[in-house]
Formats: sequence, C-alpha cells, structure tokens
Amino acid sequence: MSVALHQHPRAHPVGEVLLSVENVSLSFGGVNALTDVSFDVREHEVRAIIGPNGAGKSSMLNVLNGVYHPQKGTIRLRGKSFHDMVSHEAAAMGIARTFQNIALFKGMTVLDNILTGRNLKMRSNFLQQALWWGPARREELVHRHAVEEVIDFLEIQHVRKTPVGRLPYGLQKRVELARALAAEPKILLLDEPMAGMNLEEKQDMCRFILDVNDHYGTTIVLIEHDMGVVMDISDRVVVLDYGRKIGDGTPEEIRGNQAVIDAYLGVTH
Amino acid sequence: MLYREAGQFRSTYAEDMQIFPIRQDRIALMLLLAVGFVVVPMVATQYWFSALLIPFLIFSLATLGLNILTGYAGQISLGTAAFMAVGAFMAYNAQLRIPGIPILASFAIGGLCAAAVGIVFGLPSLRIKGFYLAVATLACQFLVLWTINRVPWLTNHSASGVIAAQKIEILGYTFDTPASKYLLTLSIVALMALAAKNLMRSETGRAFMAVRDMDVAAEVIGIPMMKTKLLAFAISSFYCGVAGALYAYCYLGTVEPEAFVLDISFRVLFMVIIGGVGSILGSFLGAGFITLVPIFLNLGTTFISDRFDIEISHALVSNMELITFGGLIIFFLIVEPNGLARLWQIAKEKLRLWPFPH
Ligand SMILES: Nc1ncnc2c1ncn2[C@@H]1O[C@H](COP(=O)(O)OP(=O)(O)OP(=O)(O)O)[C@@H](O)[C@H]1O
Ligand SMILES: [Mg+2]
Repeated sequence: MSVALHQHPRAHPVGEVLLSVENVSLSFGGVNALTDVSFDVREHEVRAIIGPNGAGKSSMLNVLNGVYHPQKGTIRLRGKSFHDMVSHEAAAMGIARTFQNIALFKGMTVLDNILTGRNLKMRSNFLQQALWWGPARREELVHRHAVEEVIDFLEIQHVRKTPVGRLPYGLQKRVELARALAAEPKILLLDEPMAGMNLEEKQDMCRFILDVNDHYGTTIVLIEHDMGVVMDISDRVVVLDYGRKIGDGTPEEIRGNQAVIDAYLGVTH
Repeated sequence: MLYREAGQFRSTYAEDMQIFPIRQDRIALMLLLAVGFVVVPMVATQYWFSALLIPFLIFSLATLGLNILTGYAGQISLGTAAFMAVGAFMAYNAQLRIPGIPILASFAIGGLCAAAVGIVFGLPSLRIKGFYLAVATLACQFLVLWTINRVPWLTNHSASGVIAAQKIEILGYTFDTPASKYLLTLSIVALMALAAKNLMRSETGRAFMAVRDMDVAAEVIGIPMMKTKLLAFAISSFYCGVAGALYAYCYLGTVEPEAFVLDISFRVLFMVIIGGVGSILGSFLGAGFITLVPIFLNLGTTFISDRFDIEISHALVSNMELITFGGLIIFFLIVEPNGLARLWQIAKEKLRLWPFPH
C-alpha cells in the first residue's frame, strides 16, 4: 500500500519516554487478558500494538485510559505513576481515544459529537448557558471555530449537521477520530481505526493519522491488523499473544522475530 | 409563506448558532407568542383558561422537566409527581414562613427544594439503570407523599393535610382571575422553555446526551459521570418543582398531597413519550395532546349521543380515554419512538423540499 510516509525531516522528532506500563496484569474471572506486560511510548512516536485476535490489545488500551483497572502493575505518565487510571482523569491528562466498535453518541449530530470532545476546555457554568449569556455564548463560538478546523482537517464538512447514526461506517470512524482530536490530546489511542474499511478509506485514514502526528506532534498508540499499514506508519511495534508480550521493536526487527512469525502462523508453544 | 431554507445563507458560525436559524421558525414562534399573550386572553373563556390552558401549560413545564432527565440525559424517572409535590408544598411554606417574600421567590424555593430531593433520589442512578432506576424513583414518589402526610409542619398543621395556596401578588398586582393566572403561567413557562432550549444546545445539554447515548465513551472524553447525572436530576426536578408550585397556585388553589399521586407521574411520562423523547417542542405537543384528547372525546361522545339519541355512560367515556392513550403509547413506542415532534419534523423536511422531492 502506498501512502505518504512521515515528512523528512520530521517536524516533531521522537523524544523521551512519555508513557510506560510496567508489569501490568489484568484478568477477568479466570481469563488472563494481560500477563506481566511492560512497554513504553516515546513522545511524538507512532507506536503500534499488534497480535492475533484475543491477544489483549484492546484490553491494553483500556488499561491505558482507565476503562479497565489492572490487578497488578504500574502506569507511568510523564514521570507520575499510577496503579490504575480513571477515565475522565486520563482525558484531563491529555489522553484521547477511539474504540474498536465505534462509540459515537448516536442521537447527536456530527457537529455535536465533535463538540463534546472539547468539554474539558469549557468553563462556563450551566446557569450562564441557560441564559445564553456572555461567557457561555462566547465560548460556544470559540469552540465552534476550533471544531470547524478539525472538520476541515478530516474533510467531513458535508456531513456536519447529520446525525451520526445515519453515516456509513467509514465516515463514522472518521467522526470518532475527529471527536478525539477536538480534545487536542497529547496522546491518541486508536483501536483498529481502519478495520472494515476499503482500500481508499484506509489510505485516507493513514494519511490523517500521519498528518496528526506531523502537524500536532501527537503521540499515537495504534492497534491495527493490516501489517502493511503497521510496517508503513509506525516507529516501533509491540506484539502481544495470549496476553503476553512476545516482541517489541522497530518494524524491521519485528519482521525478523521468530516468536512473532510463529504466533502469526499459529504455531502452538 | 412557504417553509424554505433555500436562499438563507448563514455566513458566520454565530448566525448558524442562533436559537432558530431558519427565518420561518423565528416568525412562527413570534406569532405563537403573540397568539398566546394577546389573542388568547381576548377570546378565551373562563372555562378555557382554568380547564384547558393553565393545566396544559403546567403539564408542559413538568413534561419539559422529565424530558430533560429522560429524553436528554437518558435517566428514567417515575418521581415526577413527587418533585411537583415538593415544589408545591415548599413554595407554600416559603410564602407562609418568610415574611414579605415575593411569590416568584417562593416558586423558586419550591423548585430548589425539589432539585435537592431530585439529587438525593438521583444518587442511585450512579449505580443502576433502566428498570431498577425506575423502581428507585418510585420509592421517592411514595416517600415524599408519606412525609408530607406525616410531618404536620409541612402542611402548617392542617388536620386534613390540605393547604390553601396564598394569593398571588406581584408588584402590587393581584393575580386572581383565570386570565391573569394564565398570563403568569405562560410567562414563567415561556421563559423556562427558553432557558431549557439554551441549556440543551450548550455544553450541559451535550454532556447529558453523551451520557445517554454511550456512557463509557462520555467518561473517556472527560465528562464527569456523577456531576452530569446529578445535574440532570437537579435541573429536571427544579422544572417539575416549579410546575408543582404553579399547579398549586394557579390551577388547584387548595392542595392535598393526593393531588400528586403516581398517576400524575405516569401521565407526564406519557406526555414525554407521545410528544417526543428528547425534544423541547415535543414536551408541549405531548402535554397539549394528552390534555386535549379527553376533551375531544367528550365532545365527540356528546355529539354522538345527541345525534343518535344513545345513552353513553361516563364510565365508558373515561375507559375510552384510557384505551386511546394506551393505544397511542404502544403506537408511538413501536412506530415512532421520537413522538409527535419527530412527525412534525418529517413534515417540515417534506415541506422544505416540496414540490421537488429530489
Ligand atoms: N470486559 C471483558 N470481560 C471479560 N473478558 C474480557 C473483557 N474484555 C476482554 N476480555 C477477554 O480478554 C481477552 C483479550 O481481549 P481483547 O479484546 O483485549 O483482545 P484483542 O487483542 O483486542 O482482540 P481483537 O483483535 O479481537 O480485538 C479475550 O480473551 C477477551 O475475551
Ligand atoms: Mg480488540
């Protein structure tokens, strides 16, 4: 697949470690979704998580932003360590995400969905809003402008007033990315952003992800099944299998890793 | 005038964010207000005011309140009548016990007390949803009525639990005729509807809808679950509380706790369902519809019995009322869950494109 790769030289070169997980274990009843997983994510990096179905990839993202709470381990964000995260606090610390099964607000328009992404930046209280008075009104306008920038960036102007439930799947994925971007996150967690898309839509999505990384310097953690995409756009890759980390490194290193090849070929250990 | 959006270009986001971006909608609303404030008072009879218009407006307000909670924030409640009762009885107590307090301040106190009770009974919503939450709010219904019956202070030691609403006086003017009470009610309801509309198109409204549509995603983008749900209960109960106070002061006059039985909660819930879940306009349509149906049924049966000389018993008429409501609710739940408001919207969309549907 041919997509525009990172600009060279990169506007935001990969920096220090921003986020790391250390010895994280998560289980549901008897099922061990994650066992003793450690890895780190550097600033401005595109970090991919791959692995067969049920490997624990989505669980890992859910741990990173506080949807799941691991039984063991530590999460370190900018030097602060947490036993687990709380969703809305993670959001306040600059983590935004999209979900494997689109989690948009079905009853709302595209515009309103994206505007919710900016809720943490809004300061007016509900009384001011009820009166549509001063700060509340000004704020709506300021954030509308910000949201329109995201809408232009992702090329979804034509559907801004459409209820998201009426959009085709590919566009819904894009709106979900828009909602995450509207928060101006430091770290963006993307759970299979290209799943179920046709080739053209995939290429668009790839371009958007790289553009986000290049323009805003957003650190990206991405789960993806399409190996071509992963190898093309990521700086480093973590490989999970049955909840354990079996590989970690640059795309070239991963390509040559025997354990990874075995896992993908379905060799039993 | 044709209902057209064509040719009305909005060149700034500020214009696009007006409360009614389409000119015809603004004109229609102005006309409606003119009719409500000027024409109706000139033509309506006493009976219209006290049997139709005032209850319609008060129930619109209560429906709006429940719609904020159920339609926008997605939290079901059967406690509407209880919140209305709190509003009525606390407004009465404020008027009784705080010397010289303006009547509107008493209504506000009634609303605020209802909001406080709403927050308390909204606490279970942090843990439970749907059916179980409905049952928890049902507890509120019984507990509130029980308390009013048992605590003599609340009814000023009235032996029967009946209170008589004090007279309504604002800036020296006494609202004692049905027409004046109608105008007072209309003013309050119009202002509160405007506030609700503003709130629902701002951050608070979006947070409510986000929690309703997908609570995990809402938390992940930073919407605080607890604050949002409790705020929904508080605002909704405030609206119901003010509606209750108006029910006591502008409609009933003398009030017993039994005026706020569970039946009323269900009636308001039906208004939400028939009018349109999550729609301000729908709240008015639903309330209007349910207030008017019994009257039209009555007229219809009187007409039939006069015309064909058949005896139609009152029991039959009231049963027909129930059957009609039941049928309509099933119809709306199955066919058009977004109620009359959605039907209206579809009609508008058709009209907007007419005569060229493509
Ligand atoms: N909420 C949950 N409750 C119970 N088990 C869960 C839950 N979430 C995940 N699991 C289990 O944890 C394991 C890992 O699931 P996860 O969704 O993280 O895999 P994945 O790598 O994202 O797979 P896929 O590629 O299919 O998305 C699976 O066995 C799954 O059944
Ligand atoms: Mg997954």
